Amino acid sequence: MKYFIQIGSRFLQAVPTLFGIIVVTFLLTRALPGDPAAYFAGAAATPASIAEIRTKLGLDQPLPVQFLSYLRDLGNGNLGQSVTTGQPVVTELLRRIPASLELTLFALLLSVAVAVPLGILAAVRQDSWVDQLCRFVVTAGVSLPTFFTGLLLVYVLYFLLGIAPAPIGRLDMTFLTPPQVTGFLVIDGLLAREWATAWAALKQLLLPAVTLGLFTLAPIARMTRASMLAALGSEYLRTARAAGLDGQTVLFVYAFRNALLPIVTTLGMVFSFTLGANVLVEKVFAWPGIGSYAIEALVVSDYAAVQGFVLAMAVLFVTLNLAIDILYTLIDPRIGMEGRA
Amino acid sequence: MSALAGVSVGRQRQTPAWQRQWQHFRYVTTANPVTLLAFIGLAVMIAVAILGPYLIPYDPLASLAEKALKPPSLEHWFGTDQLGRDVFSRVVVATRLDLLISVSAVALSFVVGAAIGAAAGYWGDWFDQLSGRLLDTIMAFPLFVLAMGIVAAAGNTIQNIVIATAIINLPFYARVARAEVAIRSNAAYVQAARLSGSSDLRLLICTIFLNTLPPMMVQLSLNMGWAILNAAGLSFIGLGVRAPTAEWGIMVAEGANFIISGEWWLALFPGAALMLAVFTFNLLGDGLRDLVDPARRT
Repeated sequence: MKYFIQIGSRFLQAVPTLFGIIVVTFLLTRALPGDPAAYFAGAAATPASIAEIRTKLGLDQPLPVQFLSYLRDLGNGNLGQSVTTGQPVVTELLRRIPASLELTLFALLLSVAVAVPLGILAAVRQDSWVDQLCRFVVTAGVSLPTFFTGLLLVYVLYFLLGIAPAPIGRLDMTFLTPPQVTGFLVIDGLLAREWATAWAALKQLLLPAVTLGLFTLAPIARMTRASMLAALGSEYLRTARAAGLDGQTVLFVYAFRNALLPIVTTLGMVFSFTLGANVLVEKVFAWPGIGSYAIEALVVSDYAAVQGFVLAMAVLFVTLNLAIDILYTLIDPRIGMEGRA
Repeated sequence: MSALAGVSVGRQRQTPAWQRQWQHFRYVTTANPVTLLAFIGLAVMIAVAILGPYLIPYDPLASLAEKALKPPSLEHWFGTDQLGRDVFSRVVVATRLDLLISVSAVALSFVVGAAIGAAAGYWGDWFDQLSGRLLDTIMAFPLFVLAMGIVAAAGNTIQNIVIATAIINLPFYARVARAEVAIRSNAAYVQAARLSGSSDLRLLICTIFLNTLPPMMVQLSLNMGWAILNAAGLSFIGLGVRAPTAEWGIMVAEGANFIISGEWWLALFPGAALMLAVFTFNLLGDGLRDLVDPARRT
């Protein structure tokens, strides 16, 4: 019961955040330099067609009225139309979101799988070579521009060594896209039992995911090390040791479980970085996600598309944070204790 | 024991403040050679930014078609790009623009963020609530994506890159300033100044804010590297700086097209310069934190 109340309140806390996001995206649309109607009308617009679009978009209405109609459009899932492709923005975003999610989630998985053990080892063997390695990775990791690491990896692994496939999209042309179930090509390939396709998709995914993962490695490793050190130096741990518990139990049950909370909290900030860096990585690897969609739209000033992208990213970010918050509630030993008491 | 402590405190009082600061600075730089290296790196970077245009062997914008895409040689240290421009000259000249963008962005968000945060921390109440909400809303976006949206909405210029980078960094400064001012707003020395008749504004600016400068400075230098990365990232995706201008992000973007065919020098050198700049600021930030706040050393 305790859990449900906690989780319910987290959901409620996300509502004002979402509202703020919608207000900001709305204001950004109105902050367009010059006349938004002329923007949406495109290059070949006549004064008459601009005026028509102004009425159609409701730009002649006062701001609060415009905001209400913006909300109504959002409620109907209408983000406007892309000027270049003529497609509704929502359709395009939905079609491309699985590619971005696959990349982001796989990269996060990779970096957590490396960073957390590295941070733990660095904390347990303080000042050993593992600790020095961790310190180096942390400082170097935050200094590397993602797009630069990506290019470096492409040059070494594709051009020089020929191990990696060409950095062009999610799947080599010679393979057919497996029937869509999750939208994640690797998983879809496995589900359809097309092993070669799944393997080819994984090979395409690996390099961009490593690039993105390298970037997120640093903050996670740094936080793991710091919070493990704090936990290892705590009094409850000394008590646990004094009570004669063996090293493994002390380390993983007592220290790690308590150290996990600050790590999970850091993940929120890491998501912010990852989603931003995702755009750059998608450009380097010609990854057909929403990031490269936004870049293409930016180049031709396709405004509705960029707006939709910003909104989609912000909603994705809030959702990820919400998921993390719920996870936090579930693993927090203190909340569990209260529930039992 | 307590007598000894008293003696050492007494001795500290006799040396002037700047001399103690200088001793502490020398101690920190010599005790940690990496910090010294970062200070040297910063000095070199500033020198290159100021003197760069006078040092370069070639015109960064002059293109020679017959010399296009030549690998690094004695004549062209970093090779030439697809238009036959000297990459070394372009990388050197770009230092000024890149530093200018990030320094002005960080300065802008420092000033505005400090003002908002200090006011929120000192007066609290509705202003604190309002500014807190506003900053939370900024933080609710993935920051780089928000910067993209702002530049797209406000127009694709260098000035807007600076503003967008400043806005996404604002919450960090405002939060540090708010916390630092709030813990000091009832300190004994502040109460003494208040009793002696200082106005609120004078108190806040002269007495409290000056004391929050050290932690703010640390935040500043830790933030610089990130600001450079952001600005370069924006120009990498084609925002802000336009094509013929030499800037690290756009040079990497242009060089990216030649990586697959093996012309690595186009992207490598500007990318390495960018990395070095960010690395320097990050090391400097860590070093400054040691200088200001030894307890938080990791």
